[in-house]
Amino acid sequence: MTKMLKKRFRITPWQILVHVVVWGLVAWLAWDAWTGNLTVNPIQAATQRTGKYALVLLVLSLACTPLNTLFGLRQALTVRRLLGLYAFMFAALHFAIFIWIDYGFDWELIRLDLIDKRYILVGATALTILTLLAATSFQWWMKRLGKRWKALHRLVYLAAPLVVLHYSWARKGDIFRLQGDILQPLAFGVVVALLLLTRLPALRRGAVRLRGHLQRRLAPVAASR
Amino acid sequence: MVDQSLFKSVPVKSSEITPQHLFRSRRQFLKSMGVLGAGAFLAACSPKIGSQATSSVASKETPMVEPESTMATDELGDPVNSYHEITNYNNYYEFSTDKREVAVLAKDFKSSPWEVEVFGLVNKPQTFGLEDLLKKFTQEERIYRLRCVEAWSMVIPWMGLSLAKLLGEVEPLSSARYVRFETIMDPEQMPGQKQGFYPWPYQEGLTIEEAMHELTILATGLYGELMPPQNGAPVRLVVPWKYGFKSIKSIVKIELVDYQPDTMWSTIAPNEYGFYANVNPAVDHPRWSQASERRIGEAGRRKTLLFNGYAEEVAHLYNDIDLRDFY
Repeated sequence: MTKMLKKRFRITPWQILVHVVVWGLVAWLAWDAWTGNLTVNPIQAATQRTGKYALVLLVLSLACTPLNTLFGLRQALTVRRLLGLYAFMFAALHFAIFIWIDYGFDWELIRLDLIDKRYILVGATALTILTLLAATSFQWWMKRLGKRWKALHRLVYLAAPLVVLHYSWARKGDIFRLQGDILQPLAFGVVVALLLLTRLPALRRGAVRLRGHLQRRLAPVAASR
Repeated sequence: MVDQSLFKSVPVKSSEITPQHLFRSRRQFLKSMGVLGAGAFLAACSPKIGSQATSSVASKETPMVEPESTMATDELGDPVNSYHEITNYNNYYEFSTDKREVAVLAKDFKSSPWEVEVFGLVNKPQTFGLEDLLKKFTQEERIYRLRCVEAWSMVIPWMGLSLAKLLGEVEPLSSARYVRFETIMDPEQMPGQKQGFYPWPYQEGLTIEEAMHELTILATGLYGELMPPQNGAPVRLVVPWKYGFKSIKSIVKIELVDYQPDTMWSTIAPNEYGFYANVNPAVDHPRWSQASERRIGEAGRRKTLLFNGYAEEVAHLYNDIDLRDFY
């Protein structure tokens, strides 16, 4: 019993790192807001920063599985859910700033903005998915949904590209024509695409075989040292 | 060095409300924002707008006493933005896409000596040195709203000369239907120009009627000071009824042509940025709503005005075209 409890509440070094970094980011943002260091257009700056943090954390959460399957970093799996939840936290903050501080719940202005606003529609879709995933991220839901839980949580493979699209459409430029302010959205797009590719069964099996092969080749060398 | 005293002829009524007063009123407004009762974190997000405590390079270089404008408001009664706000939040991709980074990177930009070549379909093509522009033409203060396509806006006390007067000097031919403007190409000084994905140098255009309109100026300064580098030193266009990106900075070429010139942003994304780019809340940019805007220094949003509030002066220019098709 005590062993089980210990296992359940054990915090891994990777988890400590994630907690520290995330709350460091929150503190940094709050400090900048407090000291007036968020440009003269602080609402926009706060929106952009929370959005960027959400995107980075979402990408990192997608990197956990391949880090394990391709490189055998099992520790990465211990922060996958945590990173996803924190990504949702920043996305929710991002949305709260938009609807509350920026638009002051002025539904008429928000309605006008939503008409034809493809980047807002895309962002809202991604946030809906992340909300659903965050809400069902606990053991209780895992058990309750069984196999469907995994299928549901594969929706993150849709959410991540949507977030990148949302980001690229919020910049001045055209990512599909490779024109304008697209360097960062493009970089995130490439990373997300690579991370999703590692999910392809054929690729994954190939990588695992290659890793096993390398390990066997290297193991005797390591042992003889 | 350009003689700073050229602007000194502008009368400064110190009895008028100074930016310091604006600064204080912003602090008060902030307090009121805190009273709205945002949760601890969100309240922390509510900014100390216009705080002078920020340690950006440009603010250090700001004169001890902030430069004054002769007027405290635009004609609609809205206060002018502070010198600090105007010079620390700049869209100038030749330097950086980060609006605060621009002031830092542009700090040492060499804008003197400077020449503007005015040529093309004109009787008397001429090259004007900066001194010519400042001395030959009356420098007037114009308090204009600047509405960025990103849906934020400021009120700016520009100094500048009438573009119509400058064009009058070169005598445009009757075949000249458009005016094309070009920014300096200098990747050594402008690191942004080394980045791909942009068809540098920046270029812009106006119809000849727009260029000759009395509201259109070549701005040479703001707040009674010579134009700071981050705002487009030494000379930039200001067309207040159009989105900010039309107001091209650091101009070296003005060409009178008989075709509609390509513009930087309409080249990058033709379905989003038109040639006209008139401020129009009814014509949406596919990505940013143009129905409302955030005035820098204010909380919340305000409705965007047709032609940025200059409809009375400029609407007649567009009687013959459908503004939805010619956005």
